[in-house]
Amino acid sequence: MVNYIWMAMMVIGVLVAAINGHVEVVTKAALEGAQVAVKTSLDLIAIITFWLGIMKLAEAAGLVQALARLVQPITRFLFPSVPKDHPAMGAIVMNLSANILGLGNAATPMGLIAMQELQKLNRGNSKEATDAMCTFLALNTSCITLIPTTIIGIRLIYGSADPTEIVGTTIFATTMGMTAAICMDRLLRYLYYRRR
Amino acid sequence: MFGIVSDLSRWAVPIVLLLVPLLAMLRGVNVYEKFVEGAEAGFGTAIKTIPFLVAMLVAISIFRASGALDMMTAVLAPVLSLVGFPAEVLPHAIMRPLSGGASLGIATDIIKTYGPDSFIGRLVSTMQGSSDTTFYVLTLYFGSVGISRYRYSIISGLCADFTTLIASVYIAHKLFGPA
Repeated sequence: MVNYIWMAMMVIGVLVAAINGHVEVVTKAALEGAQVAVKTSLDLIAIITFWLGIMKLAEAAGLVQALARLVQPITRFLFPSVPKDHPAMGAIVMNLSANILGLGNAATPMGLIAMQELQKLNRGNSKEATDAMCTFLALNTSCITLIPTTIIGIRLIYGSADPTEIVGTTIFATTMGMTAAICMDRLLRYLYYRRR
Repeated sequence: MFGIVSDLSRWAVPIVLLLVPLLAMLRGVNVYEKFVEGAEAGFGTAIKTIPFLVAMLVAISIFRASGALDMMTAVLAPVLSLVGFPAEVLPHAIMRPLSGGASLGIATDIIKTYGPDSFIGRLVSTMQGSSDTTFYVLTLYFGSVGISRYRYSIISGLCADFTTLIASVYIAHKLFGPA
Protein backbone atom coordinates (compact mmCIF):
# COMPACT_ATOMS: atom_id res chain seq x y z
CA MET A 1 0.00 0.00 0.00
CA VAL A 2 2.60 2.53 1.07
CA ASN A 3 4.63 1.54 -2.02
CA TYR A 4 1.82 2.57 -4.35
CA ILE A 5 1.05 5.80 -2.55
CA TRP A 6 4.68 6.79 -2.48
CA MET A 7 5.19 5.99 -6.14
CA ALA A 8 1.96 7.77 -7.11
CA MET A 9 2.99 10.98 -5.35
CA MET A 10 6.42 10.96 -7.03
CA VAL A 11 5.21 10.05 -10.54
CA ILE A 12 2.12 12.30 -10.53
CA GLY A 13 4.18 15.12 -9.03
CA VAL A 14 6.86 14.98 -11.75
CA LEU A 15 4.34 14.52 -14.58
CA VAL A 16 2.07 17.36 -13.44
CA ALA A 17 5.05 19.68 -13.00
CA ALA A 18 6.20 18.81 -16.54
CA ILE A 19 2.72 19.37 -18.02
CA ASN A 20 2.45 22.71 -16.21
CA GLY A 21 5.75 23.70 -17.79
CA HIS A 22 7.74 24.15 -14.60
CA VAL A 23 9.54 20.85 -14.22
CA GLU A 24 12.41 22.59 -12.39
CA VAL A 25 10.32 22.90 -9.20
CA VAL A 26 10.66 19.14 -8.73
CA THR A 27 14.38 19.31 -7.97
CA LYS A 28 13.93 22.17 -5.54
CA ALA A 29 10.95 20.51 -3.82
CA ALA A 30 12.84 17.22 -3.43
CA LEU A 31 15.75 18.96 -1.72
CA GLU A 32 13.48 21.00 0.51
CA GLY A 33 11.52 17.92 1.53
CA ALA A 34 14.71 16.09 2.45
CA GLN A 35 15.93 19.05 4.47
CA VAL A 36 12.69 19.35 6.41
CA ALA A 37 12.84 15.61 7.14
CA VAL A 38 16.39 15.70 8.50
CA LYS A 39 15.68 18.84 10.53
CA THR A 40 12.58 17.20 12.05
CA SER A 41 14.60 14.14 13.07
CA LEU A 42 17.39 16.25 14.54
CA ASP A 43 14.89 18.33 16.50
CA LEU A 44 13.51 15.09 17.90
CA ILE A 45 16.87 14.09 19.40
CA ALA A 46 16.52 16.47 22.33
CA ILE A 47 12.96 15.67 23.40
CA ILE A 48 13.29 11.95 22.79
CA THR A 49 16.49 11.74 24.83
CA PHE A 50 14.91 13.68 27.65
CA TRP A 51 11.67 11.70 27.77
CA LEU A 52 13.41 8.34 27.38
CA GLY A 53 15.34 9.16 30.54
CA ILE A 54 12.20 10.12 32.43
CA MET A 55 10.36 7.04 31.18
CA LYS A 56 13.18 4.78 32.35
CA LEU A 57 12.85 6.32 35.81
CA ALA A 58 9.07 5.95 35.75
CA GLU A 59 9.51 2.31 34.81
CA ALA A 60 12.02 1.71 37.60
CA ALA A 61 9.65 3.37 40.06
CA GLY A 62 6.89 0.99 38.95
CA LEU A 63 4.72 3.87 37.72
CA VAL A 64 4.41 2.71 34.11
CA GLN A 65 3.26 -0.74 35.19
CA ALA A 66 0.80 0.75 37.69
CA LEU A 67 -0.66 2.92 34.96
CA ALA A 68 -0.91 -0.07 32.63
CA ARG A 69 -2.82 -2.02 35.29
CA LEU A 70 -5.18 0.90 35.90
CA VAL A 71 -6.46 1.01 32.34
CA GLN A 72 -6.35 -2.73 31.80
CA PRO A 73 -10.08 -3.22 31.13
CA ILE A 74 -9.88 -0.95 28.07
CA THR A 75 -6.48 -1.97 26.80
CA ARG A 76 -7.21 -5.67 27.02
CA PHE A 77 -10.07 -5.12 24.59
CA LEU A 78 -8.01 -2.91 22.26
CA PHE A 79 -4.71 -4.81 22.42
CA PRO A 80 -5.47 -8.49 23.03
CA SER A 81 -2.01 -9.50 21.76
CA VAL A 82 -0.09 -7.49 24.39
CA PRO A 83 0.43 -9.20 27.77
CA LYS A 84 -1.15 -7.33 30.67
CA ASP A 85 1.26 -5.25 32.79
CA HIS A 86 3.60 -5.03 29.79
CA PRO A 87 5.51 -1.70 29.70
CA ALA A 88 4.12 -1.14 26.17
CA MET A 89 0.71 -0.54 27.75
CA GLY A 90 2.07 2.13 30.09
CA ALA A 91 3.77 3.93 27.21
CA ILE A 92 0.65 3.72 25.02
CA VAL A 93 -1.49 5.20 27.79
CA MET A 94 1.02 7.99 28.44
CA ASN A 95 1.18 8.78 24.72
CA LEU A 96 -2.61 8.99 24.40
CA SER A 97 -2.93 11.07 27.59
CA ALA A 98 -0.30 13.52 26.33
CA ASN A 99 -2.19 13.72 23.02
CA ILE A 100 -5.48 14.40 24.79
CA LEU A 101 -3.89 17.17 26.85
CA GLY A 102 -2.30 18.64 23.72
CA LEU A 103 1.29 18.05 24.89
CA GLY A 104 2.73 17.27 21.47
CA ASN A 105 6.32 17.51 22.72
CA ALA A 106 5.81 14.76 25.25
CA ALA A 107 3.41 12.67 23.16
CA THR A 108 5.85 11.85 20.35
CA PRO A 109 8.63 10.36 22.53
CA MET A 110 6.09 8.35 24.54
CA GLY A 111 4.67 7.05 21.27
CA LEU A 112 8.11 6.05 20.00
CA ILE A 113 8.80 4.25 23.29
CA ALA A 114 5.49 2.43 22.90
CA MET A 115 6.53 1.39 19.39
CA GLN A 116 9.86 0.05 20.69
CA GLU A 117 8.07 -1.99 23.35
CA LEU A 118 5.60 -3.29 20.76
CA GLN A 119 8.50 -4.18 18.45
CA LYS A 120 9.98 -6.32 21.25
CA LEU A 121 6.75 -8.34 21.12
CA ASN A 122 7.00 -8.71 17.33
CA ARG A 123 7.37 -12.44 16.70
CA GLY A 124 7.04 -12.22 12.91
CA ASN A 125 8.98 -10.25 10.33
CA SER A 126 10.73 -7.35 12.10
CA LYS A 127 10.09 -5.08 9.07
CA GLU A 128 6.34 -5.70 9.19
CA ALA A 129 3.81 -3.97 11.47
CA THR A 130 2.08 -6.11 14.11
CA ASP A 131 -1.66 -6.06 14.91
CA ALA A 132 -1.05 -4.07 18.09
CA MET A 133 1.04 -1.47 16.22
CA CYS A 134 -1.71 -0.97 13.64
CA THR A 135 -4.28 -0.50 16.42
CA PHE A 136 -2.01 1.88 18.32
CA LEU A 137 -1.40 4.07 15.27
CA ALA A 138 -5.08 4.05 14.32
CA LEU A 139 -5.79 5.40 17.82
CA ASN A 140 -2.87 7.79 17.80
CA THR A 141 -3.60 9.47 14.45
CA SER A 142 -7.25 9.98 15.34
CA CYS A 143 -6.78 10.74 19.02
CA ILE A 144 -8.96 13.28 20.76
CA THR A 145 -7.35 16.57 21.72
CA LEU A 146 -9.40 18.38 24.33
CA ILE A 147 -8.00 21.80 23.51
CA PRO A 148 -6.56 22.39 20.02
CA THR A 149 -4.27 25.18 21.20
CA THR A 150 -2.61 26.04 17.88
CA ILE A 151 -5.80 26.75 15.96
CA ILE A 152 -7.32 28.61 18.93
CA GLY A 153 -4.23 30.81 18.91
CA ILE A 154 -4.66 31.57 15.21
CA ARG A 155 -8.36 32.37 15.67
CA LEU A 156 -7.37 34.74 18.46
CA ILE A 157 -4.79 36.50 16.28
CA TYR A 158 -7.36 37.14 13.53
CA GLY A 159 -9.83 38.68 15.95
CA SER A 160 -12.34 35.93 16.69
CA ALA A 161 -15.10 36.98 19.10
CA ASP A 162 -14.96 33.52 20.66
CA PRO A 163 -11.78 31.60 19.76
CA THR A 164 -12.71 28.51 21.78
CA GLU A 165 -16.18 28.03 20.28
CA ILE A 166 -14.75 25.34 17.98
CA VAL A 167 -13.71 23.12 20.90
CA GLY A 168 -17.07 21.35 21.03
CA THR A 169 -17.26 20.74 17.29
CA THR A 170 -13.65 19.52 17.29
CA ILE A 171 -14.32 17.00 20.05
CA PHE A 172 -17.41 15.77 18.19
CA ALA A 173 -15.53 15.32 14.90
CA THR A 174 -12.49 13.69 16.46
CA THR A 175 -14.64 11.27 18.48
CA MET A 176 -16.33 10.17 15.26
CA GLY A 177 -12.93 9.74 13.62
CA MET A 178 -11.57 7.73 16.53
CA THR A 179 -14.59 5.43 16.50
CA ALA A 180 -14.16 4.92 12.77
CA ALA A 181 -10.44 4.22 13.29
CA ILE A 182 -11.09 1.49 15.86
CA CYS A 183 -13.81 -0.14 13.74
CA MET A 184 -11.74 0.01 10.54
CA ASP A 185 -8.72 -1.43 12.35
CA ARG A 186 -10.76 -4.40 13.53
CA LEU A 187 -12.42 -4.92 10.16
CA LEU A 188 -9.20 -4.66 8.15
CA ARG A 189 -7.39 -6.99 10.54
CA TYR A 190 -10.14 -9.56 10.08
CA LEU A 191 -9.99 -9.23 6.28
CA TYR A 192 -6.19 -9.36 6.35
CA TYR A 193 -6.10 -12.73 8.11
CA ARG A 194 -8.97 -14.15 6.08
CA ARG A 195 -7.20 -13.40 2.83
CA ARG A 196 -4.08 -15.31 3.87
CA MET B 1 -14.30 23.00 31.71
CA PHE B 2 -11.74 24.82 29.51
CA GLY B 3 -10.14 26.27 32.59
CA ILE B 4 -9.68 22.88 34.20
CA VAL B 5 -8.31 21.30 31.05
CA SER B 6 -5.87 24.09 30.32
CA ASP B 7 -4.67 24.04 33.94
CA LEU B 8 -4.20 20.30 33.62
CA SER B 9 -2.18 20.82 30.43
CA ARG B 10 -0.01 23.39 32.15
CA TRP B 11 0.63 21.25 35.23
CA ALA B 12 0.92 17.80 33.68
CA VAL B 13 4.61 17.85 32.75
CA PRO B 14 5.88 19.63 35.89
CA ILE B 15 3.96 17.15 38.07
CA VAL B 16 5.44 14.20 36.19
CA LEU B 17 8.91 15.70 36.62
CA LEU B 18 8.28 16.13 40.34
CA LEU B 19 6.74 12.73 41.08
CA VAL B 20 8.81 10.41 38.89
CA PRO B 21 12.28 11.09 40.36
CA LEU B 22 10.84 11.30 43.87
CA LEU B 23 9.03 7.96 43.70
CA ALA B 24 11.99 6.31 41.96
CA MET B 25 14.28 7.53 44.74
CA LEU B 26 11.90 6.16 47.39
CA ARG B 27 12.07 2.80 45.63
CA GLY B 28 15.84 2.84 46.01
CA VAL B 29 16.64 3.59 42.37
CA ASN B 30 19.87 5.42 41.51
CA VAL B 31 17.90 8.11 39.74
CA TYR B 32 20.67 9.92 37.89
CA GLU B 33 22.25 6.71 36.67
CA LYS B 34 18.89 5.31 35.58
CA PHE B 35 17.93 8.49 33.72
CA VAL B 36 21.16 8.44 31.72
CA GLU B 37 20.75 4.74 31.02
CA GLY B 38 17.33 5.37 29.47
CA ALA B 39 18.30 8.56 27.66
CA GLU B 40 21.19 6.80 25.92
CA ALA B 41 18.87 5.39 23.26
CA GLY B 42 17.45 8.82 22.33
CA PHE B 43 20.01 9.74 19.69
CA GLY B 44 19.75 6.40 17.89
CA THR B 45 15.96 6.46 17.89
CA ALA B 46 15.80 9.94 16.38
CA ILE B 47 18.49 9.26 13.76
CA LYS B 48 16.81 6.03 12.72
CA THR B 49 13.76 7.94 11.50
CA ILE B 50 15.77 10.03 8.98
CA PRO B 51 15.61 7.74 5.88
CA PHE B 52 11.90 7.08 6.38
CA LEU B 53 11.03 10.75 6.85
CA VAL B 54 13.20 11.81 3.90
CA ALA B 55 11.45 9.31 1.62
CA MET B 56 7.97 10.41 2.66
CA LEU B 57 8.53 14.15 2.91
CA VAL B 58 10.34 14.33 -0.46
CA ALA B 59 7.38 12.65 -2.17
CA ILE B 60 4.87 14.93 -0.43
CA SER B 61 6.96 17.99 -1.21
CA ILE B 62 7.17 17.15 -4.95
CA PHE B 63 3.45 16.36 -5.08
CA ARG B 64 2.65 19.69 -3.45
CA ALA B 65 5.01 21.86 -5.50
CA SER B 66 3.99 20.35 -8.84
CA GLY B 67 0.49 21.79 -8.76
CA ALA B 68 -1.13 18.36 -8.59
CA LEU B 69 -3.10 19.50 -5.55
CA ASP B 70 -4.62 22.42 -7.47
CA MET B 71 -5.65 20.03 -10.24
CA MET B 72 -7.29 17.70 -7.74
CA THR B 73 -9.15 20.62 -6.18
CA ALA B 74 -10.35 21.87 -9.56
CA VAL B 75 -11.75 18.45 -10.46
CA LEU B 76 -13.32 17.61 -7.10
CA ALA B 77 -14.74 20.98 -6.00
CA PRO B 78 -17.83 21.13 -8.27
CA VAL B 79 -18.80 17.57 -7.34
CA LEU B 80 -18.41 18.15 -3.61
CA SER B 81 -20.24 21.46 -3.49
CA LEU B 82 -23.33 19.51 -4.58
CA VAL B 83 -23.39 17.77 -1.18
CA GLY B 84 -22.83 20.94 0.81
CA PHE B 85 -19.07 20.70 1.05
CA PRO B 86 -17.57 24.16 0.56
CA ALA B 87 -14.87 24.14 -2.16
CA GLU B 88 -12.81 26.69 -0.21
CA VAL B 89 -11.72 24.14 2.39
CA LEU B 90 -10.93 21.32 -0.05
CA PRO B 91 -7.18 22.09 -0.34
CA HIS B 92 -7.02 21.86 3.45
CA ALA B 93 -8.88 18.55 3.51
CA ILE B 94 -6.49 17.02 0.98
CA MET B 95 -3.36 18.41 2.63
CA ARG B 96 -4.29 17.60 6.24
CA PRO B 97 -3.10 13.95 6.36
CA LEU B 98 0.02 14.74 4.28
CA SER B 99 1.64 17.76 5.91
CA GLY B 100 0.97 19.39 9.27
CA GLY B 101 2.82 22.59 8.39
CA ALA B 102 1.16 23.02 5.00
CA SER B 103 -2.35 22.33 6.26
CA LEU B 104 -1.89 24.77 9.14
CA GLY B 105 -0.72 27.33 6.57
CA ILE B 106 -3.84 26.76 4.46
CA ALA B 107 -6.09 26.97 7.54
CA THR B 108 -4.45 30.21 8.63
CA ASP B 109 -4.89 31.66 5.16
CA ILE B 110 -8.58 30.70 5.07
CA ILE B 111 -9.18 32.19 8.53
CA LYS B 112 -7.40 35.37 7.47
CA THR B 113 -9.40 35.63 4.22
CA TYR B 114 -12.89 34.71 5.43
CA GLY B 115 -12.60 35.69 9.10
CA PRO B 116 -12.40 33.30 12.07
CA ASP B 117 -16.10 33.63 12.88
CA SER B 118 -17.40 32.97 9.36
CA PHE B 119 -18.87 29.56 8.54
CA ILE B 120 -15.81 28.65 6.45
CA GLY B 121 -13.46 29.88 9.19
CA ARG B 122 -15.19 27.86 11.88
CA LEU B 123 -15.32 24.78 9.67
CA VAL B 124 -11.63 24.87 8.81
CA SER B 125 -10.76 25.45 12.50
CA THR B 126 -12.72 22.32 13.40
CA MET B 127 -11.03 20.36 10.60
CA GLN B 128 -7.56 21.47 11.67
CA GLY B 129 -8.17 20.75 15.35
CA SER B 130 -9.82 17.37 14.99
CA SER B 131 -7.33 15.44 12.87
CA ASP B 132 -3.65 14.65 12.75
CA THR B 133 -0.98 14.39 10.07
CA THR B 134 -1.55 10.69 9.43
CA PHE B 135 1.30 10.15 6.94
CA TYR B 136 3.85 11.90 9.11
CA VAL B 137 2.84 9.98 12.25
CA LEU B 138 2.91 6.61 10.48
CA THR B 139 6.27 7.33 8.84
CA LEU B 140 7.83 8.57 12.06
CA TYR B 141 6.49 5.87 14.39
CA PHE B 142 7.12 2.93 12.07
CA GLY B 143 10.47 4.41 11.01
CA SER B 144 11.74 4.62 14.58
CA VAL B 145 11.58 0.80 14.84
CA GLY B 146 12.65 0.12 11.25
CA ILE B 147 9.29 -1.05 9.93
CA SER B 148 8.62 -0.49 6.22
CA ARG B 149 5.55 -2.71 5.74
CA TYR B 150 2.58 -0.84 7.16
CA ARG B 151 -0.05 -3.48 6.22
CA TYR B 152 -3.49 -1.83 6.40
CA SER B 153 -2.46 1.08 8.67
CA ILE B 154 -2.69 3.74 5.98
CA ILE B 155 -6.20 2.67 4.99
CA SER B 156 -7.55 2.75 8.55
CA GLY B 157 -5.81 6.09 9.15
CA LEU B 158 -7.28 7.64 6.02
CA CYS B 159 -10.74 6.23 6.76
CA ALA B 160 -10.57 7.91 10.15
CA ASP B 161 -9.48 11.19 8.55
CA PHE B 162 -12.33 10.97 6.05
CA THR B 163 -14.85 10.29 8.82
CA THR B 164 -13.49 13.24 10.81
CA LEU B 165 -13.87 15.43 7.74
CA ILE B 166 -17.48 14.43 7.16
CA ALA B 167 -18.26 14.83 10.88
CA SER B 168 -16.66 18.32 10.84
CA VAL B 169 -18.80 19.43 7.89
CA TYR B 170 -21.92 17.94 9.47
CA ILE B 171 -21.47 19.50 12.90
CA ALA B 172 -20.43 22.86 11.45
CA HIS B 173 -23.60 22.95 9.34
CA LYS B 174 -25.65 21.92 12.35
CA LEU B 175 -24.20 24.42 14.85
CA PHE B 176 -22.88 27.31 12.81
CA GLY B 177 -25.31 27.17 9.89
CA PRO B 178 -24.23 27.43 6.28
CA ALA B 179 -22.82 30.76 5.21
